[in-house]
Amino acid sequence: MDPKQKALLEHFQARIDAEEKIEPKDWMPDEYRKTLIRQISQHAHSEIVGMLPEGNWIGRAPSLRRKVALLAKVQDEAGHGLYLYGAAETLGADREDLIDELHQGKAKYSSIFNYPTLSWADIGAIGWLVDGAAIMNQVMLTRTSYGPYARAMVRICKEESFHQRQGYEILLALCRGTEAQKNMAQDALNRWWWPSLMMFGPSDKDSSHTEQSMKWKIKRKTNDELRQQFVDVTVPQADFLGITVPDPGLKWNEETGHYDFGEINWDEFWQVVKGNGPCNEQRMKARIKAHEEGAWVREAAMAYAEKRRKRKEREEAVRVA
Amino acid sequence: MTTKSNKKNWPLWEIFIRSKNGLSHKHVGSLHAADAEMAIENARDVYTRRNEGVSIWVVESKYITASSPNQKESLFDPADDKVYRHPTFYNLPDEVKHI
Ligand SMILES: [Fe+2]
Ligand SMILES: [Fe+2]
Repeated sequence: MDPKQKALLEHFQARIDAEEKIEPKDWMPDEYRKTLIRQISQHAHSEIVGMLPEGNWIGRAPSLRRKVALLAKVQDEAGHGLYLYGAAETLGADREDLIDELHQGKAKYSSIFNYPTLSWADIGAIGWLVDGAAIMNQVMLTRTSYGPYARAMVRICKEESFHQRQGYEILLALCRGTEAQKNMAQDALNRWWWPSLMMFGPSDKDSSHTEQSMKWKIKRKTNDELRQQFVDVTVPQADFLGITVPDPGLKWNEETGHYDFGEINWDEFWQVVKGNGPCNEQRMKARIKAHEEGAWVREAAMAYAEKRRKRKEREEAVRVA
Repeated sequence: MTTKSNKKNWPLWEIFIRSKNGLSHKHVGSLHAADAEMAIENARDVYTRRNEGVSIWVVESKYITASSPNQKESLFDPADDKVYRHPTFYNLPDEVKHI
C-alpha cells in the first residue's frame, strides 16, 4: 500500500475509534463505502418488500381499529425504505440502480418476508417478532459510524415501537379469546419463531462480513449477540401470552443469565436466502409488477413538471418584455 | 425493464422542516420528486406523519453548495484562539449584577 493511502486509512480508523461520525463528503475507504451501500440498500429493500405480506391483510383486518393501525404501520415501512434509499444515495448510489438490482435478483432483502401470512394471527406475530427482531438490530444501528445511516435509524426506531406494540396487542386479544383464537396465535408463533431468529443472519463463525464491519463500527454487536438478546426479551413475552415457543431446547440458564436455545435449521436459512423460500418468486413478481405499472405515473409527472416549468418561463419572458 | 440510458428520473430534493413555531428549519433528509410542489407533498407524507412539522422547505439538491471537509482547518480553526469573543473572557467583580 502506498504511504499516502496508508495514512488516510489510519486517520480514518482513528476517527472511527474516537467515535466520530463519518459524513458523506469525508474520505472513506472504497470497501467501507461498498459495504454500506450493500447493507443500507438491502435494508431499504427489506422495508419495501416487507410491506407485501402485511399489505395482504389490510383489506381483511377484523376491525376498523386494526385496519387503520396496520395501514399506518405499512405506510411507515414505505417511509423507512425511503429514508434508507436516501442514506444510500448520500454514498453516491443511484436509487433507480438499487431498485433495478433488487428486481434483477442481484440484491438481497430480509428472508423473513419470503414466508406467507396465512392467518390474522400472523399479522400479530410479524409486529411482535419480526419488528421486534428488526428493532434489536436497528437500535444498535443508531450508533453506526456513518452519519446519515445513524440518523435514519433514529427516525426509524422512534416509529418502530408502535409496530411491535400493535402486533403484541393483536396476539394478546387472540390469546384471551376463544380456544380457536388462541390456537391461531400458537400456530403463528410456531411458524414465525425460527424465521425470526434467522433474521439476525448466519452464526458469527460463518459470517464473512462481521469482523470488518465491527472494526469500522458499522455494526456494534455480532449476529449471535443480537439473537441472544432477542431470545432473552421475547421468551417472557410469550409466557405472558400463554403460548409456547416451539423449541424443546429452550431453557433458562441460571449460570449465564441467558436462555439456552436449540440449533437453527441453517439448511432452511440458506435455501430461503438462495431464493427457494415459499414466497421468493411471488414477492419479486409483485415488486416488479408494481414498479412497471407505476412507470407511466413517474413519466407523466416528469412531463407535467417540465410543461409547468416552460409555461412559467414563458410568462416571465412576457412580463420582462 | 428500464435501463439508465432511456429513463428520466425525478430529481433529488433536500428537505428542511420547522418542527414548531419559533424554531428554525432543520435538515431532515432527502427525497425524489418531479417538481417543488410534489417535493412538498411527498415531504409531508415522508417526514411529518406524526406532527413533526409546521412548515416545510424544499431545495433541489444540486443547488446546495457545501464546504469541503478539506477546508475544515482553514475555515474553522481561526476561531479557536479568539477567546475574547466569549463573555467569560471579561473579568468583572461579583458585586456587579445583571451583566
Ligand atoms: Fe421498518
Ligand atoms: Fe416496522
